[in-house]
Amino acid sequence: MLCQKCHKRVANIQFTQVINNNKIVIYLCDQCAKDEGKFSIGSPLSINDFFSGIMGVPYMASVHQQSDLVCNTCNTSYEEFKKTGKIGCADCYKVYGEKLLPLLKRLHGNVQYNGKIPEKIYSQVKVSREISKLKEQLELCIKNEQYEKAATIRDQIKNMEIKKHD
Amino acid sequence: MKGWYLEKGPESDVVISSRIRLARNFKDVPFPFKMKREDGKKILMGAKKAILKEGKENSDFEFIDLQQLNPIKKQILVEKHLISPNLAESQFESGLIVSSDEKVSVMINEEDHLRIQCIFPGMQLNSALEICSNIDGVFEESIDFAFDENYGYLTCCPTNIGTGMRASAMLHLPALTMTGYIKNILEACGKLGITVRGLYGENTEALGNMFQISNQVTLGQTEEEILTNINNIAKQVIDQERILRNELHKQNPFRFEDRIYRSLGLLSNSRIMSSEESFRLLSDVRLGVDMGIISNIDIKNLNEILISIQPASLQETFGRPLEPDERDIKRAELIRNRLTGSNS
Repeated sequence: MLCQKCHKRVANIQFTQVINNNKIVIYLCDQCAKDEGKFSIGSPLSINDFFSGIMGVPYMASVHQQSDLVCNTCNTSYEEFKKTGKIGCADCYKVYGEKLLPLLKRLHGNVQYNGKIPEKIYSQVKVSREISKLKEQLELCIKNEQYEKAATIRDQIKNMEIKKHD
Repeated sequence: MKGWYLEKGPESDVVISSRIRLARNFKDVPFPFKMKREDGKKILMGAKKAILKEGKENSDFEFIDLQQLNPIKKQILVEKHLISPNLAESQFESGLIVSSDEKVSVMINEEDHLRIQCIFPGMQLNSALEICSNIDGVFEESIDFAFDENYGYLTCCPTNIGTGMRASAMLHLPALTMTGYIKNILEACGKLGITVRGLYGENTEALGNMFQISNQVTLGQTEEEILTNINNIAKQVIDQERILRNELHKQNPFRFEDRIYRSLGLLSNSRIMSSEESFRLLSDVRLGVDMGIISNIDIKNLNEILISIQPASLQETFGRPLEPDERDIKRAELIRNRLTGSNS
């Protein structure tokens, strides 16, 4: 598709603006998008707008006050996070839960941690990682109707879960 | 002066420095922008106690209370990349723990409670990670960090979650910039989860032809995988840069060398020098030194000049506040002295 402004270059930016619930979509090339930024949007996108952008919230849209998730520890609401892009405390990650997954997937392409584990909780985390691996195997066995093997894995998981809680 | 720039590292003809940064947060305290003053103090105390243990091998660390520091001194720390501009401006309880050789530093109460950082000269990301991990380990002896089995280390910004690690290499890429190929590199890196940005400027308009290559992704890959990725990409960029440098030189040696010696001439003789002009000219001279065209100037000397010509460092050297016009005069003086010093 060609740029809707210069009609010369290929459009590679989709520019969406929402004003009073009217959605306007314009397709622009790099150059025109840059120029456009100077003239009609006013200030360039800030990091916060960028965040609300990648979370699927049009950055100029008014904030809907519906059932909002609020973290009890630090009082940060999910709506507030959407605007600032900043998480208030470690507990927020639990409170917002699955709502964060699409964002993390977009940022990192992956949502399962694989890196370094703190020494103090190393063995505990190691066991959890093994359990989740076994669970995947278990599902596969059931899918393939290998029930005997599935039973062995199920017992293994049980044992490891006991070990984890010790 | 002290710091990473006084040593020469591997691949130093293209790579200026390597930096690793780990973001860590205390488990039961809200992140800095949400915490109370007492919490801020608690973090400062906890971090200090963890590292500055008496009689321990890491007792060559010093704690600096940033709230007690005057703005120029803070700005010098920014110019040396020991603290971020944000931390320098912070009105909150904030501090810095820094090693005596200034290669290792820990920012306290920046966006996250702790930002452990190690800078080495040349391409040495792996060694820098090793040092950061050791410091991380020392903290972990007395601090419980916010950690989740599925998400890894929890950070204030979701862009850092997981390893909390940002690995970056600062590259000097004059030939790629001159030929315009840098654009292709910028585009290609973007697709590989790697960010390239100008160090002192924006995008392709990097001041002094210096670019920073760093990882975007922090969740999913291990620390080692992230480093392997960056090392591989950096190696390709380094190779391209070297090939182009030789090609440009071969095509027109007189023009090439003329440019380098003109820049050296300006730096050695000018009486007024803006920081923008000096960055540009120093890039040419660095290229000449890297390619063996200029032999009586040491790259360490150029690194040191690069740090000391910035506004706050300049004012520190001359011992008083300087107006911008005066700074340009003093900058020219400093560069002349340093360059002729290395000539003798």
